[in-house]
Amino acid sequence: MKKGYTLFWLVPLLVVIAAYPVVTHSVMAREIVFIMLMYVSLAASLNIILGFTGYVSFGHVVFYGIGGYTAFFLMHKVGLHVLPAVLAGGIMAALVALLIGEAVLRLRGAIFAIATIGVNEAVKSLVTNLGFLGGATGMFFNFKIYRAYGGAAKAIWFAYYLMVAVTIVTVVVSYLIKNSKYGLGLFSIREDEDAALVLGVNTKRFKSLAYAFSAFFPGLVGAIFFFKAGNIEPEDAFHLVKSIEMIFMVMLGGYGTVSGPVIGALIYERLKGMLLVNPLFKNLHMAIAGFILLMIVLFAPGGIVGYLRDKFRKLRGVLE
Amino acid sequence: MILKVENVTKMFGGLIAVNDVTFEVQEGEIFGVIGPNGAGKTTLFNVISGVYFPERGKVFFKGEDITKIPPFKRARLGIARTHQIVKPLNELTVLENVMVGACFGKVNVGLKEAAQIAEDVLRTVKLDDKAEVLAGKLNVPQKKRLELARALASKPEIILLDEVLAGLNPSEVDEMLEVILDIKNQGITILMIEHLMHAIMKVSDRIVVLDYGKKIAEGTPQEVANDPKVIEAYLGDPELALKLVKKEGTA
Repeated sequence: MKKGYTLFWLVPLLVVIAAYPVVTHSVMAREIVFIMLMYVSLAASLNIILGFTGYVSFGHVVFYGIGGYTAFFLMHKVGLHVLPAVLAGGIMAALVALLIGEAVLRLRGAIFAIATIGVNEAVKSLVTNLGFLGGATGMFFNFKIYRAYGGAAKAIWFAYYLMVAVTIVTVVVSYLIKNSKYGLGLFSIREDEDAALVLGVNTKRFKSLAYAFSAFFPGLVGAIFFFKAGNIEPEDAFHLVKSIEMIFMVMLGGYGTVSGPVIGALIYERLKGMLLVNPLFKNLHMAIAGFILLMIVLFAPGGIVGYLRDKFRKLRGVLE
Repeated sequence: MILKVENVTKMFGGLIAVNDVTFEVQEGEIFGVIGPNGAGKTTLFNVISGVYFPERGKVFFKGEDITKIPPFKRARLGIARTHQIVKPLNELTVLENVMVGACFGKVNVGLKEAAQIAEDVLRTVKLDDKAEVLAGKLNVPQKKRLELARALASKPEIILLDEVLAGLNPSEVDEMLEVILDIKNQGITILMIEHLMHAIMKVSDRIVVLDYGKKIAEGTPQEVANDPKVIEAYLGDPELALKLVKKEGTA
């Protein structure tokens, strides 16, 4: 694969966006950018299994929820600091991915997609019925928890910086995977799994690992999000709409590319923000997103980045 | 002996696709597999490359029993194959396709070295001018050469060629035969399925003939062409039978 310069603009772009609320001390901007970066990380991680490996994980929000619940439980009931709790959330999500991957990764195509929705619903039901996780109403932080970070205001800024770090790491890891021998193996699975197997790719292990990678970061993201929110409940943590949003962002930007999910996430967040404040469209944003998704699949299956790479060959080195 | 197939039987439901087939392939030879359509040739390849596990019988590679090991491990051991129905990795470039072979096959090298090997192999199969083209954009003869290149890039000890000549025009056939002989000269054993009789008769050292899943003959091209059972098996296609008989006359 060609050596690219994609990270040389992609990471600075994220840093500039992340710095804006810090420089302007704007709480409002911070809230927007926090969600933006969260989307970037979620889309970039989903892209590892969806875009690189060709498995449409439709219930991917399950890992976000698992990470969120794991970390929340550890902070709330065990009293752990947020850093190890977030890490534990990511690891738990990755472990669950390895475990259920053993079963669902044997399926292909639409059946796999449907199975992952089933997994999400099953985990949601399980959590709803577990008393020690708060059942259907979930859990609330005691505000004293934020004292360890210098009060609620500082804790939220801390969560913000954590999100910035996780997002950048997600994008860099995604780039490294894509440009590695392992990534070439994943792409060969995406293109023709049977051919890949005969060519010597240990498809089962490669897929499991890709699934674990793509679950790890949503686990971290969920943990940070619910730490900042101060409460967690099953409907929020395992909300299927978030899964659909993730798929939308990946497809919009360009699946299988490094920059595509980032661009898709940034555009989607802005689009959603604009539509939500518009009285005419505020209840229609998913419908509009669905319509755009349909147009992409029909007319530009490579998404924005795929389209640009096709049109302008010279851009390929910087637009991976 | 590099490869040994011993009493292999493969069934699909009630259909016996390969029926108690036994043969040995010697190192460095070109070993042909022929037979009418539906004789079980490709199924036999699938058993050797590990896509299917046989109901009965064993497959040995360099004396090691490989009957139950998965396909990717066989690729690592040095067994490579091409597909009759080509399986290009469409959205990857031709170069990347071939690199997959080098990265995960017998040589098992890193990306840089794989790119080097891929470039060399693409020159051998005369696809080097297409290196940066997406594999899905190639035409069928080029895709066949890509299959071959991918298999070669793994630096295999034995290569299974499933109808690499089908669909090629006469001059392309001659080119491909040169490539095949070149592979043999590199010391790679070749097991090939082919319908193009004059071609396989010309390059094979030995041939095995399958019909309805059973081995009906084995030997040098001359011996096989003389075998009444073989002629009978091909009688459904009198022209082909005639050609075989003719071949005997000129040999």
